[in-house]
Amino acid sequence: MKNHVLRPLWVAIAFVALILLARYVMVPRDFGVQGDSFTFNFHRAGNVDEWKNMPAVAYLGGETCVECHDEQGAALEDSPHVIIQCENCHGPGRDHPETENPATMTIDRSRGLCLRCHADLGYENSSRADLPGINPEEHNIDTQCVQCHNPHTAEFKEDA
Amino acid sequence: MSCSRRTLLKNTVKGAIVASLPISAFRLLSPAELKAAIGDEKVRWGFVVDTTKCVGCGFCVKACKKENEIPYDAPITRTWVERYVVTRDEKVHADSPMGARDGFTSARIDEETMESGGEHTAEIEPAEIAKAFFVPKLCNQCEKPACVQVCPVGATYQTADGVVLIDRTWCIGCGYCVMACPYGVRFFHPKYKVADKCNFCYHRISKGLKTACVQACPFGARQIGNLRDPDDPVTQTIMNERVSVLKDEYGTKPQVFYLGLDYTVK
Repeated sequence: MKNHVLRPLWVAIAFVALILLARYVMVPRDFGVQGDSFTFNFHRAGNVDEWKNMPAVAYLGGETCVECHDEQGAALEDSPHVIIQCENCHGPGRDHPETENPATMTIDRSRGLCLRCHADLGYENSSRADLPGINPEEHNIDTQCVQCHNPHTAEFKEDA
Repeated sequence: MSCSRRTLLKNTVKGAIVASLPISAFRLLSPAELKAAIGDEKVRWGFVVDTTKCVGCGFCVKACKKENEIPYDAPITRTWVERYVVTRDEKVHADSPMGARDGFTSARIDEETMESGGEHTAEIEPAEIAKAFFVPKLCNQCEKPACVQVCPVGATYQTADGVVLIDRTWCIGCGYCVMACPYGVRFFHPKYKVADKCNFCYHRISKGLKTACVQACPFGARQIGNLRDPDDPVTQTIMNERVSVLKDEYGTKPQVFYLGLDYTVK
């Protein structure tokens, strides 16, 4: 066959080979169908293990907290607030106390935190109504709840 | 070479049979591939939300955002709590301010947060309320996830234990999955510039911990468990109690089951 007919053919073949080479280099070895479904299981297999380690666990759980803070754990024992995780108010315990900086635990003492449960919304058929509630616009405005109420025992503070 | 009608027909049939055999029929499967294909997994994560126990404190949302490092003040969240207030004239008011990150501390309904098209805020007299309740929402980890089906690059997928994950290095940020999810659980992560959503705290459940929201809930309104284990409390609840799923008509087969779901919940 004549040369001017073959030449574009070689260009086309080279172009396809280049694409295949780029695909080979750029697509990770573990990319493909990992289960039985092309629709739902087509992915890079290594990503599953990446997610198993990402991010680092931030909320350690109350059982970890009372290992050192047994005094606070005891105060909570007979309290209705025992169902609330320490870290809900004290913040996530990641890196505490290894960083030797207890100040990384920022305690939320705001009214808003208590009002999450104890603002009376008047929803009588909701379990919200089973909790003691106040009207935040009338009940000791501009005062922190923890001035009179002990957040651990949920009782009045004796010295308040 | 002569060819009789008989041999021609015989060879045609033979040829058709051979041509219809896919190449994959000759492939030898490794035991691992076979196991993956049959789906012999010991774990299938499932979730139960008991809406009757939820008081709308929003501790789950706060814990989720901090655990999974979702920008705290951005209006995006992997899980959220919706408030529904149905009045005696059968009007439905619903809101979820900041996804209920700070809970529900006011009786005022901020309807703008739910695109309900009603007045922006609604003050409802307690006497007018027929029923009011809270509904926590999260990714349903569907068995047939519409979001995965539309991904053009294979960046989102279902793991063998049933959780839908997003490959952050592979996602191109086209947003098809955000549009495809019937439950609106997907959003753009402003830091990584990729799609993001709840993954049942995959880093926690694979270490034997509960998800951050389950751990943070004081009332046990959220539970996670292994649906392949018949003795798991979550499996027991799904098998023995009256549960429902969100938007069943989409055929996505959600794996988050709800107790006490009202028909007004969308």
